[in-house]
Amino acid sequence: MENWRLGGFGLYLHWPFCQSKCPYCDFNSHVATQIDQRRWERAYLAEIDRLAAETPGRVLQTVFLGGGTPSLMQPDLVAAILDRIRARWPMVNDPEVTLEANPGSAEAGRFRAYAQAGVTRLSMGLQALNDDDLRRLGRLHTAAEARAAFAIAHEAFARVSFDLIYARQDQTPQDWRTELRAALDMAVDHLSLYQLTVEDGTAFADRLARGGLRGLPDEDRAAEMFEITQDITAAAGLPSYEVSNHARPGAESRHNLIYWRSGDWVGIGPGAHGRLTLGGRRWATEATRAPGAWLAAVETGAPAETRSPLTPAEQADEYLLMSLRLTEGTDLDRHAALGGRIDPGRLDSLCHLGMITREGACIRTTPRGRMVLNAILRDLAGA
Amino acid sequence: MTQLDRIRNFSIVAHIDHGKSTLADRLIQMTGTVAERDMKAQLLDSMDIERERGITIKANTVRIEYPARDGHTYILNLIDTPGHVDFAYEVSRSMRAVEGSLLVVDASQGVEAQTLANVYQAIDAGHDIVPVLNKIDLPAADPERVKENIEDVIGIDASDAIPISAKTGLGIPEVLEAIVTRLPAPKGERDAPLKAMLVDSWYDSYLGVVVMIRVVDGVIRKGDRIKMMQTGAVYGIDKLAVLKPQMVDIAELGPGEIGIFTASIKQVRDTRVGDTVTHERKPCAAPLPGFKSAQPVVFCGLFPVDAADFEALRDAIEKLALNDASFSYEMETSAALGFGFRMGFLGLLHLEVVRDRLEREYDLELITTAPSVVFKLHMKGGEVRDLHNPADMPDLTLIDHIEEPRIKATIMVPDEYLGDILKLCQDRRGIQLNLTYAGNRAMVEYDLPLAEVVFDFYDRLKSVTKGYASFDYQLSEYREDHLVKMSILVNDEPVDALAIMVHRDRAESRGRVMVEKLKELIPRHMFKIPIQAAIGGRVIARETISAMRKDVTAKCYGGDATRKRKLLEKQKEGKKKMRQFGKVEIPQTAFINALKMDG
Repeated sequence: MENWRLGGFGLYLHWPFCQSKCPYCDFNSHVATQIDQRRWERAYLAEIDRLAAETPGRVLQTVFLGGGTPSLMQPDLVAAILDRIRARWPMVNDPEVTLEANPGSAEAGRFRAYAQAGVTRLSMGLQALNDDDLRRLGRLHTAAEARAAFAIAHEAFARVSFDLIYARQDQTPQDWRTELRAALDMAVDHLSLYQLTVEDGTAFADRLARGGLRGLPDEDRAAEMFEITQDITAAAGLPSYEVSNHARPGAESRHNLIYWRSGDWVGIGPGAHGRLTLGGRRWATEATRAPGAWLAAVETGAPAETRSPLTPAEQADEYLLMSLRLTEGTDLDRHAALGGRIDPGRLDSLCHLGMITREGACIRTTPRGRMVLNAILRDLAGA
Repeated sequence: MTQLDRIRNFSIVAHIDHGKSTLADRLIQMTGTVAERDMKAQLLDSMDIERERGITIKANTVRIEYPARDGHTYILNLIDTPGHVDFAYEVSRSMRAVEGSLLVVDASQGVEAQTLANVYQAIDAGHDIVPVLNKIDLPAADPERVKENIEDVIGIDASDAIPISAKTGLGIPEVLEAIVTRLPAPKGERDAPLKAMLVDSWYDSYLGVVVMIRVVDGVIRKGDRIKMMQTGAVYGIDKLAVLKPQMVDIAELGPGEIGIFTASIKQVRDTRVGDTVTHERKPCAAPLPGFKSAQPVVFCGLFPVDAADFEALRDAIEKLALNDASFSYEMETSAALGFGFRMGFLGLLHLEVVRDRLEREYDLELITTAPSVVFKLHMKGGEVRDLHNPADMPDLTLIDHIEEPRIKATIMVPDEYLGDILKLCQDRRGIQLNLTYAGNRAMVEYDLPLAEVVFDFYDRLKSVTKGYASFDYQLSEYREDHLVKMSILVNDEPVDALAIMVHRDRAESRGRVMVEKLKELIPRHMFKIPIQAAIGGRVIARETISAMRKDVTAKCYGGDATRKRKLLEKQKEGKKKMRQFGKVEIPQTAFINALKMDG
């Protein structure tokens, strides 16, 4: 059994509601008109109590309030949650507490209160910097509102990151260069830059299946835009530290690193996943997905999550597929200690093809290899 | 023991879908042969595949007792025959066992190519024929036009054709009566030495091999010591029965009768269809004129998707072989696909049926390689070799010339599709032999290489004519042509399972199509992959699969780990369906799909 401290320890809390469902989003998010925030507060606090009792003495390094749209939570709900977390777990001196926010004007009015409640880092879903594309992505805010909200956030929080989606319909490489430079000019220290992916079960998938959603880039164009992204962010001092995440050195999302380094984290809220080392085994936890069902389960004391033990081979696969996303790469010794096996011939041939590099026990993808990471993983995992 | 003049033996000739099995069901039902509660559709088709596809594969028989209008009760023996060209041998053997046929034609559609082939077999066997017009209850039925069509195309008198609807039961009593009054009684000598024709045999898991016979002369009884005249084998009769269609024991079978026996025979292969059964002690003077046994004409490789299933595949094939003597098999090793079997079939449907049964009844996943025919290699030394597998082609310098099997194909089609049919046949190296019209339907005969037909000809025929064409063929001869082996190289390595024999003049175009198909079928890899078609050392077509540029998941956080891991596990499973050639993985479906020439 490996030491759980290797990857760190964090807490993820899921708020499952949005004002509207974005057409590209396959997350567990729901649109509800009436949300009884006091009822949700009681449920969250009960779950915090329950999980803290199972992990006594663990030192919490990060908290991430994700969604959904957590910036729809009233600040006193956020404060109650963070107070309870601090009361139940010992925390590091400088915990990273991130909240995901929409850059609308209503939300921006709550930013200062979130900071007072203990949020240290805001992650904003800007997605695009022009109104036409924002509309096509189904976003409710305008580019001007987003910039204004970002300015407020910048004053309220020490650390602010935002997301952009690129490889959009009819977007040219030149359009993206211009937009990305504008984003970097906004004095950020962290950016999540996602290529638009049409996920099953989304409105975009329906549109694509019906012959709509024209003008998406082909594989070669998508590759070109990915390369542009790498070059421009690196030149601006925010190189990628993960496939889609870019930061000034030291400004990486510490919470997300726990996932990619296969640490432990507590998952709370509808559909939240967690990884916990308990009683000498590593468990994958998954909470009930539907908000109403989750709430009812927590309130009646019924099980609100399923737990499955992870076999050594499963842990090794997860470690490989998560860690190879990172620029820092994968420690083959740790992979082997978990029970993973990699055919040395495959490693050699991937090195030979220029897809990965190897230094001692550490393997990393090359810029070319990172673009075909799924194929590398299939190869290394023996698939 | 039934008097000869109270017996009628007959078969039903019909095109698929024209209602043969329904008519058989109705005859059985109306005579009370099977209790109403035991009736089910396609009663005589016992295999799942037969019921599912609505086809008859094995000949089946039923003994019906019919009280005729003349006050006598007659024994009617119906042999239900397969309709598909692949099983023409089943038809020919069954035809020789009976004296008459019902010719069933769909009253809205007219005569089709298969009907024609089967009715000629019936005429060859000396049958009297009673035409029956089925589906006259349909609004589109046009009995007068179809009668004319029967007279024009087949050349028999159709003025007395019986209008029926097998579905509603209309006209069925008239059919039963016509069997008695218009078909001849069998002939035979009760006191002569036993002479019986072996019509069919199959394996029954309780009884072992069951042999169907038609007695010509003499009498056979339970306990008799009998001899198979061709094989010389001697057996004691354990059980003698007639089929109603379930087995009913009977004390003896005399001239003109049809029934079954069991005799502790282990394998269907120990019985030869067309053999003559006689008594060991008092044999008949001369055997019946024997049939030539069915020869496999289409060969392909069958390999387990998961190499670990090879032994299971061997067991399954051996079990199937107990019941079907018409396919051949031998072990084959492919550099590309590992261990498997080279199997010979009577035709493509037979191939599909056997493969389906292996996959379904034995739960195997199989890779099928390109169907091929038997080429005759005339070696420089004068020796003639059969080539079943293009991969086994010897060095060209040793070969004097190569012959390939040719067929005579008969295609019937509404004239608006004739142009498409002619083009298809020309594209497949066909030589037109004949073209005639009956009304607005054309009948065209072509001399075609079997090799050009075994693969997707029938599918193409159906698709260019929206299903309106019908097709039948007979093997005609072996003929010399300029044939070469075309190899396919993937990433500079020859893939033996993709090698095919082609006509030299068509090699470039076939090669081009194949490499283009493979370019679509083989997924991009992390490196570029050349695909070449070559004759000997000369490359005649080339494509390149460019290297994969981008395949990476944009978002992968804590909530995605489980899903991504499970995806990876699924891909490990899916990998079993790929075959690795050097560094390249080829999906199993590519081995067949690469050969499809159009669409």
